[in-house]
Amino acid sequence: MSDARLSVLKTYKLYVGGKFPRSESGRVYEVTDLKGKWLANAPLSSRKDARDAVVAARKAFGGWAGATAYNRGQVLYRVAEMLEGRREQFVREVADAEGLSKSKAAAVVDAAVDRWVWYAGWTDKIAQVVGGANPVAGPFFNLSTPEPTGVVAVVAPRESSFLGLVSVVAPVIAAGNTAVVIASEKAPLPALSLGEVLATSDLPGGVVNVLSGRAAELALPLAAHQDVNGIDLAGADADLAKELEVAAADNLKRVLRPQAVDSDADFTAAPGTRRLTFFLETKTVWHPTGSLGASGSAY
Amino acid sequence: MASIFEYAPAPESRSVVDIAPSYGLFIDGEFADAADGKVFKSVSPATEEVLSEVAQAGEADVDRAVQAARKAFEKWSALPGAERGKYLFRIARIIQERSRELAVLETLDNGKPIKETRDADLPLVAAHFFYYAGWADKLDHAGYGADPRALGVAGQVIPWNFPLLMLAWKIAPALATGNTVVLKPAETTPLSALFFADICRQAGLPKGVVNILPGYGDAGAALVAHSDVNKVAFTGSTAVGKQIARTVAGTDKKLTLELGGKGANIVFDDAPIDQAVEGIVTGIFFNQGQVCCAGSRLLVQESVQDEVLDALKRRLTTLRLGDPLDKNTDIGAINSAEQLARITALADTGEAEGAERWSAPCELPSSGYWFAPTLFTNVTQAHTVARDEIFGPVLSVLTFRTPDEAVAKANNTQYGLSAGIWTEKGSRILAVANKLRAGVVWANTFNKFDPTSPFGGYKESGFGREGGRHGLEAYLDV
Repeated sequence: MSDARLSVLKTYKLYVGGKFPRSESGRVYEVTDLKGKWLANAPLSSRKDARDAVVAARKAFGGWAGATAYNRGQVLYRVAEMLEGRREQFVREVADAEGLSKSKAAAVVDAAVDRWVWYAGWTDKIAQVVGGANPVAGPFFNLSTPEPTGVVAVVAPRESSFLGLVSVVAPVIAAGNTAVVIASEKAPLPALSLGEVLATSDLPGGVVNVLSGRAAELALPLAAHQDVNGIDLAGADADLAKELEVAAADNLKRVLRPQAVDSDADFTAAPGTRRLTFFLETKTVWHPTGSLGASGSAY
Repeated sequence: MASIFEYAPAPESRSVVDIAPSYGLFIDGEFADAADGKVFKSVSPATEEVLSEVAQAGEADVDRAVQAARKAFEKWSALPGAERGKYLFRIARIIQERSRELAVLETLDNGKPIKETRDADLPLVAAHFFYYAGWADKLDHAGYGADPRALGVAGQVIPWNFPLLMLAWKIAPALATGNTVVLKPAETTPLSALFFADICRQAGLPKGVVNILPGYGDAGAALVAHSDVNKVAFTGSTAVGKQIARTVAGTDKKLTLELGGKGANIVFDDAPIDQAVEGIVTGIFFNQGQVCCAGSRLLVQESVQDEVLDALKRRLTTLRLGDPLDKNTDIGAINSAEQLARITALADTGEAEGAERWSAPCELPSSGYWFAPTLFTNVTQAHTVARDEIFGPVLSVLTFRTPDEAVAKANNTQYGLSAGIWTEKGSRILAVANKLRAGVVWANTFNKFDPTSPFGGYKESGFGREGGRHGLEAYLDV
């Protein structure tokens, strides 16, 4: 082994607005595996990074929400393709992050890939499932259509650093929202690597923004941010979740409270449509049908 | 001009309604005094006459009502859906039978024209119960999974602008899905909810399934904060909605909020002007503008501004303001002295900030609370009258040149409840409706409501939907 090659380590960086910046604060924190072995230094994001990420997410919202559902589905499917190609990398990272055997980590990564496929197929179906024509008692065509809520802050699950992350981020963007994601504090590396996958999947920059750091430090400014429309508290403990929900009331964010299933990290179960529909608004449009043209000339 | 429209008075008889001198709280199927014996007076806003003295719920009463609702929940939620539905059908039918009486009562207590209570409020109230009655045994097919469960006790707080209709929007879906209810009507309009309690008795509704607690904000706050309430539904101001959202934070209570608005009514240059003017009038002067989804901002394309405003002013001079019981009355009374003061203050602010004020020339009655239909022109987006919800018969007029500018201005608000589009061009309707961030969009019409049609806001106009299949979700554990 005299000629053993020294490996090239990766500098883990944030993923914001389609780019890979370091934290503007210049801070990092040490990420270790469960046995305390050093894995990497991750950016310790600041409030300013969080605000920058919101700006990027807002900027991306119009284009992403306005893209065709078919297009969004193709992009999400492309994420699954890219992830499949990097399967070995993510198996290694998830095994390190969560202390799993290689085979268990592989099962997690496979499930995450399949989750992207599940949501890729949903983008152009959800409107038919939750929207539709309403038979009002009058001469009107009345149609309800789901629309994305806007910019959604996501506090990703603490334990399930990858499958949990994918399970909360994918439905948010499948529905047409853009996301600012706070990665698992103790295991942020799979999330930061996911940024690299997203960047090569035709996902427009800013649709997903990934921050690593202290959940409590980053989540509060996001929960209080006036240009954030919703927040998923999956990875917040009970005290933090309450504090964030109170802050979120200032502009009436839609708040997805942490569920028992989130803390159990049981993201292997079938996801259903709850997360997919949570950050959707319903728009109902009334069109007169009783006359030919608005000027009222009758048939 | 006005002389053409002299009419003889045509008042609806108030003899069809028998208002008792006093009412209690309705808890566990019985009328009862408040624990602390407090009462308040409900006043006719058109005459300032005291209509009745009503028990005022306090915290102890809230607790008693929630306990009654909790006790009733087990049996009510276990009833076959078809049986629950039949109770609701009964209620719908009794409302239809008593709709004349209830319309007169609502007009007396609220101040809105009999024309509206008779032709809008009451038919919609009955229709809402009839609609949700039919859902009670079909919940398995509503798209929320097999056998979706009720939440438990629903605490509901409603406003004074559509007292009985807001009650229907709250109670009908709650009962259809198997929840029990504690409802607090507004302090200025408690009477129709108390008459509804009587309807529940006539329908044989089991005790405790519906409890009605007239009272003030403190009773509402106690209800929302009560630890044994599983679901909170509120319609009212955005400020109170935010308070409620803070109160329920960290609990398991499911929350829906239907809050304020500053709806844009957009008139393009190809719009049929006469129809648009009628729509503008309906949009802002229906119910004296005391409507959360009112079209309180008129966005008119510059090229037709003069034509639209001239026609609008002409039309406003023909509106008849006065006795709400008169069948010819278009504009009734403002609901309370407090609301009148708020409208007056905001209109004064509009003038002070430099917007140009115009009011329809009309004589205001000497007693009661009245405000003449009012327009503000030369309004910019920075003006208070273009930003704040006035909740009165005050229209702010802004202009635009391009569709993009219209959309940008329409969306430039913290609210997102309603919007209107007036144009003959179908593709423009669809394109603009698509870009508006509002929960309800009316194209070439305004202020249309239907029990099958989901209603609710984007942004700070609240969340959740009332009406339609969507309205079930708020009351199911899904």
